[in-house]
Amino acid sequence: MALISNTPSLSKMSPLNQRRIENFKNNRRGYWSLWLFTALFLLSLFAELIANDNPLVVAYKGDLYFPVVTEYTELTFGGEFESPADYKDPYIQSLIEDGGQGWIVWPLIRYNYNTINYDLPVPAPSPPSWENPLGTDDQARDVLARVIYGFRISILFALVLTIASSIIGVIAGAIQGYYGGKIDLFFQRFIEIWSGLPVLFLLIILASIVEPNFWWLLGIMLLFSWMQLVDVVRAEFLRGRNLEYVRAARALGLDNRMIMFRHILPNAMVATLTFMPFVFNGSVVTLTALDFLGFGLPPGSPSLGELVSQGKTNLHAPWLGITAFMTLSIMLTLLIFIGEAVRDAFDPRKVS
Amino acid sequence: MMETETLMNHNENHGSQNEILLSVRDLSVRFEQDNQQPVDAVKQINFDIPKGKTLALVGESGSGKSVSAMSILKLLPYPKASHPSGEIFYNGKNLLALNERQMCQMRGDKISVIFQEPMTSLNPLHTIEKQIGETLLLHRGMTGKQAQVRILELLDLVGINDAHKRLKSYPHELSGGQRQRVMIAMALANDPELLIADEPTTALDVTIQEQILQLLQSLQQKLGMSILLITHDLNIVKRYAHHVCVMYQGAQVESASTETLFANPQHSYTKMLLNADPSGEPAPLPAICEPLLSTDNLRVWFPVKQGFFQKTVDHIKAVNDVSLSINKGETLGIVGESGSGKTTLGLSIIKLIRSVGGINFAGHELASLDQKQIKPLRSRIQIVFQDPFGSLSPRMSISEIIAEGLQIHQPDNKAQHEALIIDALNEVGLDPDSRHRYPHEFSGGQRQRIAIARALVLKPDVIILDEPTSALDRTVQKQIVDLLRDLQAKYALTYLFISHDLAVVKALSHKLMVLHRGDIVEQGNASEIFANPQADYTRALLKAAFNL
Repeated sequence: MALISNTPSLSKMSPLNQRRIENFKNNRRGYWSLWLFTALFLLSLFAELIANDNPLVVAYKGDLYFPVVTEYTELTFGGEFESPADYKDPYIQSLIEDGGQGWIVWPLIRYNYNTINYDLPVPAPSPPSWENPLGTDDQARDVLARVIYGFRISILFALVLTIASSIIGVIAGAIQGYYGGKIDLFFQRFIEIWSGLPVLFLLIILASIVEPNFWWLLGIMLLFSWMQLVDVVRAEFLRGRNLEYVRAARALGLDNRMIMFRHILPNAMVATLTFMPFVFNGSVVTLTALDFLGFGLPPGSPSLGELVSQGKTNLHAPWLGITAFMTLSIMLTLLIFIGEAVRDAFDPRKVS
Repeated sequence: MMETETLMNHNENHGSQNEILLSVRDLSVRFEQDNQQPVDAVKQINFDIPKGKTLALVGESGSGKSVSAMSILKLLPYPKASHPSGEIFYNGKNLLALNERQMCQMRGDKISVIFQEPMTSLNPLHTIEKQIGETLLLHRGMTGKQAQVRILELLDLVGINDAHKRLKSYPHELSGGQRQRVMIAMALANDPELLIADEPTTALDVTIQEQILQLLQSLQQKLGMSILLITHDLNIVKRYAHHVCVMYQGAQVESASTETLFANPQHSYTKMLLNADPSGEPAPLPAICEPLLSTDNLRVWFPVKQGFFQKTVDHIKAVNDVSLSINKGETLGIVGESGSGKTTLGLSIIKLIRSVGGINFAGHELASLDQKQIKPLRSRIQIVFQDPFGSLSPRMSISEIIAEGLQIHQPDNKAQHEALIIDALNEVGLDPDSRHRYPHEFSGGQRQRIAIARALVLKPDVIILDEPTSALDRTVQKQIVDLLRDLQAKYALTYLFISHDLAVVKALSHKLMVLHRGDIVEQGNASEIFANPQADYTRALLKAAFNL
């Protein structure tokens, strides 16, 4: 017993957090959603190995080549031009397999998000087939490949946006709540005005000035999304600055930054973490909406919003709309379930 | 004193002829817990309440007194709670055998309750009239004019002035004492035969406590009801109860008439409770008197703003022109009821609240220093707060909490921090091996020791003690007071002791200051004031506290 109490408890989690994790696990729905979501996200991180128009491995004349990572020219495989090898070309395939007695290992889906399937039996968009399990879109690109890449870009975008806006929001809320008074008053009025700006219009105007890419979009949306957490954090800090242990810390002579960081922030983190999954969800939806309107990611990039808009313009090709709908609703539902479980886990009133 | 005793004797004789209203036999209460052993909160207790008499259930927090009382009304969280044994007879009827619908007819009609916290037991959204009218409607079917007449009568009965003006008041418009009176009026609305008073005065100031208890006593005589008084305060028991039942950890350790119990306690726990009043003399003063801390017309005024332009129309004078001076090694007791500005005074001295006026500490004029300049001095003035649960960060271990001050004021000798923390914990009587645990694993008294250790580790000259004992049980209070006195003698500490509890102040203070609404009513040597109070207000306070 003495031994246990003597070891520093840094490695051990505080009982409160243990209870929270227990609560989270007890919410079966949220717990499984988290696993499922994590699995999907990890899979999509390796999208290049799942859906690609370059083979994973090529064996040619006793040597191994990895076209997924490196670009080879046709010359490598005994071709005639110094252009990148097009492995979908039957000519190249025959060069490798027949000429070099080599073999090709293909990914599960032989299309990248921007690969155009030139030998469709019907005009694009083509319905689901063995070659394209979810059909192709109106530019003859494989829908499944685009969904995988689009899922990844949506999640990554939302993740970066959520983390960045949480950091800014927490700092802004902390300063307002802790110092109160005039700082709080002016900051709050500023936020009221700032949140009154029409975000979409601004984005449309900005999109006409700069060519929006991933980072531009992120930056522009960050300008407005940081406000979501400010109110919660501000309220926590307003409450927290008068707690007795915060007063005791001031009496000890801690400076404001230390007090905010060590004593009040842990309280505010509960509220922040509870909100984060929902902020995350919001970010996914915003990006999709922008893509749908055509002000989002640059044309050609894989995006769920673009798929939705294709589904809308091609109502005669229902696989487009249905795929977009299913992908979005499964993704958002999983996120909401996780969010609910996190919220329950942090709820102090909940008795498991 | 003689008079009350003869009165009680008289009542006692009279009471034995009286019939028993409520009789509790072998009552046990068990709480089931998830994945854990069930807890037996109450173990086979027995008591009788005769008609028209007061029975007191006494014990420290967690002794099961409230749970026993709530099982009479069957207000426990069933089915998590259960009664493995026992019966409760009310006029010969077993209450535990009644169903929920039958119980509802008993509650608020035959048996009423007053709760501890008058702030939270009244609905803030309803008027007084509506809240009292509710019980009348439920049990008597009274409405309109008829109910209003009865409500006015009740409010008069519990001594609320201008009752007809108060009908439309909301709870927040009333003072704590008035709210408790309204609670009593609600409880009395249907002429109950039994009134359960669960710590009815704990949340109130001493002078108000006195009034409420006297009101209950006179109502008992007038209406002939029985009272089950739940309290931890033996002073109250001595004066207002006929019979006492002492509980300890769910078991009944002693049951006797008030007179016998106080004259001749049998059980060792009862003896301990009776001796738990903080006693003893303040620590002896050091030979040399050098002034250490003084204030000069210290003032904390909060502006009252009104109108569109937020013009300052008036000030709330929380602390008004307070001058004090403490010598090294001395304790200054600051006494007053809630709202008297004693805590504000303490906070303004260590500059946690903005104030006007001079604060002199060991030759430094604190008032003119800014936060940076005052930082090195902070280690020399420390503060211990009232609430042992609120003053320790729940997310830090004990050693982190105590080390925090060291990191600020002695950042250079990190190697010695551990040793200093162990010393401080030994000093306050805690096991240093427990320093890696978190605050929630400690009891209230232990937490207060940790808070003292946090202050002590910096080797301060002055410690401001802001009601350090008021959230603790009497027996623990005594230990803390003894600890503080020992530490003072050992290190020649100077205390600024803020409290509303005169018994504790008396045991520690050399000097005394009485505050009332921000003004000094009286100040001087503690022993002189206790022996011979000058101001009326001081006299009233002393009377309520010591039953003089």
